[in-house]
Amino acid sequence: MFFKKAMLAAAFALATAAITTPAHADALDSIMAAKVIKVAVPQDFAPFGSAGLDLKPQGYDIDMANLIAKALGVKAEIIAATTPNRIPYLQTHKADIVISSLGKNPEREKVIDFSAAYAPFFSGVFGTKGIKVAGPDDLKGKTIGATRGAIEEQELSKVAPADATIKRFEDNNATIAAFVSGQVDLIATGNTVAAAIAEKVPARAPTLMFVIKDSPCYIGLNKDEPKLLAKINDIITQAKASGEIAKLSEKWLRAPLPPGF
Amino acid sequence: MIYKLQFGELLPYWDVLLQGLIFTIVLTVVSTFAGIAVGTAGASVRTFGPKWLGGVVVAYVELIRNTPFIVQLFFIFFGLPAAGVKLSETTAAFLAMTINLGAYSTEIIRAGIEAVPKGHIEAGVSLAMTKWEVLRHIILKQAFQKIYPALSSQIIIVMLGSAVVSQISAQDLTYAANFVASRNFRNFEVYLFAALAYLLLAMLTRSLLRGLGRILFKAK
Repeated sequence: MFFKKAMLAAAFALATAAITTPAHADALDSIMAAKVIKVAVPQDFAPFGSAGLDLKPQGYDIDMANLIAKALGVKAEIIAATTPNRIPYLQTHKADIVISSLGKNPEREKVIDFSAAYAPFFSGVFGTKGIKVAGPDDLKGKTIGATRGAIEEQELSKVAPADATIKRFEDNNATIAAFVSGQVDLIATGNTVAAAIAEKVPARAPTLMFVIKDSPCYIGLNKDEPKLLAKINDIITQAKASGEIAKLSEKWLRAPLPPGF
Repeated sequence: MIYKLQFGELLPYWDVLLQGLIFTIVLTVVSTFAGIAVGTAGASVRTFGPKWLGGVVVAYVELIRNTPFIVQLFFIFFGLPAAGVKLSETTAAFLAMTINLGAYSTEIIRAGIEAVPKGHIEAGVSLAMTKWEVLRHIILKQAFQKIYPALSSQIIIVMLGSAVVSQISAQDLTYAANFVASRNFRNFEVYLFAALAYLLLAMLTRSLLRGLGRILFKAK
């Protein structure tokens, strides 16, 4: 009787141990099993992600997503996300990775992991011709538009003087609309956005006032996914060596990769 | 995986959230008074004014009632500057909310005015009351008594709809919540707090309006 009980207890203990052993599958395994990788990309930030004439997403980030999916041998599911909700999408597993001209900073590093850099990018304060702003201190008493949650908005909030007004908008389109309509004469945004505005609305062409941050773009992943991180970094290194990333830079940023990238 | 609520992460931003709450309250109060004033004027003009002016009111009401509030707001803030009218986001927010409430309350008050028995108006005129006295003491007073519940509901709707002004960077409670969420990524706690704040605000406003209604319309 005692032997039976002992065997039962041992079996139960083993079963429990088997359940509690971390059987947490790395995201890479679930991606390969499902044969789909869900990628969050921007839809309001040309040339990284915007809607083409056929309303399909197109841009540097979308091409990068397809490149990674091809290298993994899976299908890419492109999910459009706005600047404030791209990281929440990752955290809630609506997306496996975020390719959204994401910049690296300590606050974000607390909640997500970053891959190696895959695109060059710098952000700064731009304004209409004639405004004299050489550095953050010249922003005294001025109004600057920025997109909530973007790297340049976070950095600007740190360096702007106390009496500078920062108007935060919910997405890049609203920020651009504010600048183009004249609601703000200064905006903090990326070099690519400024170039796009200059091309479409020459009357309100933004000129660079000062650089806020030279911030190449990284791919965002959830924490504790070492296999996925290693594979993505691998793919990026190979794409750099084969010249595919240089091609993306020429196609979307109309500029070669900066030296040492 | 169980998510641990960390409300403590909201504490460093208490002043931002408080300022947002105050802005929402001020925005609601001012827009309510202005909107009801516009509504009363519109309803009176529509019922008793010249036909052409009534036509203008109809056009205004139909335009506002059949377009989304956010579109009206964006038009005022992003669109008007092209026509030379550049308004700050705070002015645009007050204006949009007043115009919006004005249109809906025009229809609500007009319903109340038309429900006032014609006999009462004739009695007032026969007592040698001026047109304005009749309007104020007989028509509007009874009209408001009848439509007060509908008007209160509309005020609450507009108050909750004020959350949209955060989209043009007006610094209301939702803007403050969005700002805090973009700094500490605690979306669950931030938006739970914002929802509770709006809930409390709505319940408070409802009791206030109920009490006001009792004082203004039952006691007299």
